[in-house]
Amino acid sequence: MPKITFVDSEGRARTVEAEIGSTVMEAAIRDSIPEILAECGGACACATCHVYVDDAWIGKTGKATPMEEDMLDFAFDVRPTSRLCCQIKVSADLDGLVVRTPGKQG
Amino acid sequence: MTDIIATDVVIVGAGPAGLFAVFELGLLDIKAHLIDILPRAGGQCSELYPEKPIYDIPGFPIVTGQGLVDNLMKQIEPFHPTFHFGEMVEAVETLGTPERPAFRVKTDAGKVFECKAVLVAAGGGSFQPKKPPIAGIDKFEGTSVHYAVRRMEDFRDRNVMIVGGGDSALDWTLNLHPFAKRITLVHRRDDFRGAPHSVNAMRELVASGKMDLMIGQVAALAGEGADLTAATVKLNDGATRDVAIERLMPFFGLTMKLGPIADWGLNLHENLVPVDTEKFETSTPGVFAVGDINTYPGKLKLILSGFHEVALAAQRVHRYVYPDKKLTFQYTTSSTNLQKKLGVN
Repeated sequence: MPKITFVDSEGRARTVEAEIGSTVMEAAIRDSIPEILAECGGACACATCHVYVDDAWIGKTGKATPMEEDMLDFAFDVRPTSRLCCQIKVSADLDGLVVRTPGKQG
Repeated sequence: MTDIIATDVVIVGAGPAGLFAVFELGLLDIKAHLIDILPRAGGQCSELYPEKPIYDIPGFPIVTGQGLVDNLMKQIEPFHPTFHFGEMVEAVETLGTPERPAFRVKTDAGKVFECKAVLVAAGGGSFQPKKPPIAGIDKFEGTSVHYAVRRMEDFRDRNVMIVGGGDSALDWTLNLHPFAKRITLVHRRDDFRGAPHSVNAMRELVASGKMDLMIGQVAALAGEGADLTAATVKLNDGATRDVAIERLMPFFGLTMKLGPIADWGLNLHENLVPVDTEKFETSTPGVFAVGDINTYPGKLKLILSGFHEVALAAQRVHRYVYPDKKLTFQYTTSSTNLQKKLGVN
């Protein structure tokens, strides 16, 4: 299974396995990654699974869709590599993906 | 003096569990008032995923969040519940005894209820405005930083900064414009989700120099005591701008917080309310917790679990509301009595 690394706002890295076809948010919640709340459960309706995709990976994950951009208006400290990780589908291509989590979601 | 609203049960939260509780209580001749901080019924279903399909409601292979809420509203119509929207329950005071409970329930809008049972159906807690993580913002809240407009007068002749790109931010930009000394709207991108006519009206004000628009994010606040004097805005082009302001209104949507429930004297476990699985009653006799807010061994946060829980809780509530009446179990399919209450016979 592809591995995804979450780096928290204090620099601690945690690597989890993610099923192909699931979302990066689901992998985070299953392994209780701190700083990912996912209040709405993956409906792209709350902006509490905000992550910064590592610069080296943004080409593979792609950027936020227009609906996701709208929802990112509710996130704090939004940057060009910001994504809602419930909208990133895990594929074999994303094995090794690194994302950073912000200090505050909601 | 405030008029006290007397009723059988106060239901805290008008999501699916709270709504269906009206039905189950109504079949037992128990009257209910519902209180919800949101402006409409439906809770998370309406607020978070109105258009999203739900696949695990028994009997509905597929139904949207809003579709389910609309159906529940129709289902409870015969029982004429009274809704109190846009209000948060602040206090639940115990008046009676454990055998004959009675409660006084107070909302932040000043309403007072007296009832024989309280059904907490508050889901993930109350939806409250998100507070941006700007250092020191706390000390300005309530005086200079506002998440809603309570009194327009507070903004008269003030330099006001509004942050956000949706209807709340745009509506208040336009509504406060005639009152405020100067309005600065700050949004992280030059693209607005709000209604097109509001966006156009805002852009016209900007074009004619009557207000300012900054594309960026608020990075820091400065002030004296609880009075805000300036905000530092980091613009998307990298520049930083200090703006003199006395009022700040951030609009970053809503998040769920447990809120005042923590102060009602109930036992809590990780922000959830422990209940038994026979009556779904809390540590306080007469106070019940149903739906996502409760916890018990094996609990699943499913809408269908909430429906089951309210049906069982209603049986015990009946004992508190009608201590001298015997409750006979009946089916809506066959009971003339129940069908009369539903208005179908």
